[in-house]
Amino acid sequence: MMGNEKVAHPEYPMQIRDILSFSLHAATANRGRTLLMLLAMAIAVSSVVVLISLGDSARHYVIDQFATLGTNLLIVLPGRSETTGGPPPLLGETPRDLTLDDAMALTRIRTVRRVSSIIAGSALVSVGHLERELLVLGSTSELYEIRHLALNQGSFLPQGEPTRAEAVCVIGQKGKKELFGNEPAIGQWLRIGDRRFRVIGVLSPGVSLGEDLGEVVIIPVAAAQALFNRSSLFRVLVESTNSERMEQTRQAILDTIRVRHEGEDDITVITQDAVLTTFDRIFKALTLSVAGIAAISLVVAGIMIMNVMLVAVSNRRAEIGLLKALGASRTQILGLFLTESTILSSIGAGIGLILALLGMRLAAFLFPEFPLHLAPWSSTIALGVALITGIIFGVLPARRAADLEPAFALARR
Amino acid sequence: MINLQHIERVFQVGDEEVHALRDVSMTATGGEYIAIMGPSGSGKSSLLNILGLLDRPDSGSYELDGTRVSELDEKEQARIRRHKIGFVFQFFHLVPRLTAFVNIALPLMLSGMKQAERQERVTTALAAFGLANRAQHRPDQLSGGQRQRVAIARATIMQPTVILADEPTGNLDRNAGIEVVEILEELNRQEITLIIVTHDPELGKRARRQILMVDGRIEDDR
Ligand SMILES: Nc1ncnc2c1ncn2[C@@H]1O[C@H](COP(=O)(O)OP(=O)(O)O)[C@@H](O)[C@H]1O
Ligand SMILES: [Mg+2]
Repeated sequence: MMGNEKVAHPEYPMQIRDILSFSLHAATANRGRTLLMLLAMAIAVSSVVVLISLGDSARHYVIDQFATLGTNLLIVLPGRSETTGGPPPLLGETPRDLTLDDAMALTRIRTVRRVSSIIAGSALVSVGHLERELLVLGSTSELYEIRHLALNQGSFLPQGEPTRAEAVCVIGQKGKKELFGNEPAIGQWLRIGDRRFRVIGVLSPGVSLGEDLGEVVIIPVAAAQALFNRSSLFRVLVESTNSERMEQTRQAILDTIRVRHEGEDDITVITQDAVLTTFDRIFKALTLSVAGIAAISLVVAGIMIMNVMLVAVSNRRAEIGLLKALGASRTQILGLFLTESTILSSIGAGIGLILALLGMRLAAFLFPEFPLHLAPWSSTIALGVALITGIIFGVLPARRAADLEPAFALARR
Repeated sequence: MINLQHIERVFQVGDEEVHALRDVSMTATGGEYIAIMGPSGSGKSSLLNILGLLDRPDSGSYELDGTRVSELDEKEQARIRRHKIGFVFQFFHLVPRLTAFVNIALPLMLSGMKQAERQERVTTALAAFGLANRAQHRPDQLSGGQRQRVAIARATIMQPTVILADEPTGNLDRNAGIEVVEILEELNRQEITLIIVTHDPELGKRARRQILMVDGRIEDDR
């Protein structure tokens, strides 16, 4: 008999069009509920996308800054790395100075291509009556290549023995404007402290290692030693011949200085890789924690959706019972509610994405100097999580009603 | 053809067990017109729900047109409900946001019928139940009698073999009630088995066979 039944009533699934129109109708029948759900979803998705993107943009910004160092760069600083972060060394334990002779000794290492010493300090720079406080960098001609500097006019510090204190300088764009206005600066003299320097070059504007190049004056390192009356170096920048040989070069630098400093390891050598890895770690952790906080708002949105759907379903419990009485199976009913909450969550998530894009546009408009971008995976994650929570929380309450015998679902309570 | 044997239905209410149906057995042949009567709480609705596969008995067997439907799974029962049974409720149970047309079309929609085919059948049904100019009205724009006619149109749109009506006139005034009963009786004349629950003796007398229920048992059947 059963066999005949099946022939007599062949089963067809519901038409897709009907599923969609029924669900859409149901989803929009209750305006208040729908708006609340869309709002929760949109806010959650947009905050996740914006927060992740801001974190990711900040990470890229900082990493780009340090990436301009070049992959072959090693930075030598006086003082042992063990003391970083700890208390300052006690009296008598101050590290030995890092000297120009130390720096010159490093040039003899086989895997070292260039070495440049740096002394830094601020000083009053004047032309006639005009006076400005600028960052004075004492360095050598090698700094140009090592830090990928660019000149607007003139030439950089001359090559030759770093111990020669020639009275020439290269000035940043902004300093030049303030001291010379629109007059040509090349060949002109300016005064740093009580010494006179002839301007031989003007730097292109830019930022290197977090310093605004517009407000620096670069002079020969020996001249800076005399100016600041100090022989110890602030940094030594070392470029290795090969980015594969960084560790070997680092060891060679430590060995060379140890020999010169009577067996003491009193310097620190850091590489771009180390710096980048650290920053990358910090910012990834930061972005993740921000994303975590934002994800909480997604869960809150999900719970809100569940509440809204719970109320909706208990209002529509009779409807579910009726559909069952009319011959809908449990699967069919779940399909209808799944479609309904998918439609709602997609629209909510879509609005959220648009809000996020607008938010990023606004931020880019307000902070033009900060390069902002939409983190590529942020929208995928936010959409995925939004759809999944929306759908789960939307279908779960319907399941309870669909599991009841139709007579119970229909019963007036 | 309906064959119920030794049906028991017990509801757990708190610590108490309520016997809604006690050892109920009955048969009905195709095209019969039966009224189920009895005092409130005697188990009339419980019996009708079991006949309509809206509820499962705790024990006993139910055979419909030769199929042991009490042993089918949820999905197969849904199929039987869809194709063989039309249910009419005291409270109409129309979907409030949908028009009369769409409410009547629901069973066809659930069974996957194409829109064009549906259109014709629903339009015919609307005309047959005197609702031709009410197609686009929502339930709150219809009178009680009209709502119940929409519900009957929906219950018959799949051309079932049995119509089960649980106090179909309970929420209607006298005239609308008579109108609805006459519609149901007209369907019965077209060989559809009609089982009506009522506690109105006058209405019950119209049926060719009356079943009297008392305290979950069939007290009288003639
Ligand atoms: N879902 C339920 N839960 C608990 N008790 C129920 C339920 N449905 C019916 N009953 C009980 O079963 C008995 C029979 O109810 P019912 O079949 O509705 O009677 P009638 O339709 O004849 O008034 C009543 O005592 C009623 O309280
Ligand atoms: Mg009843």
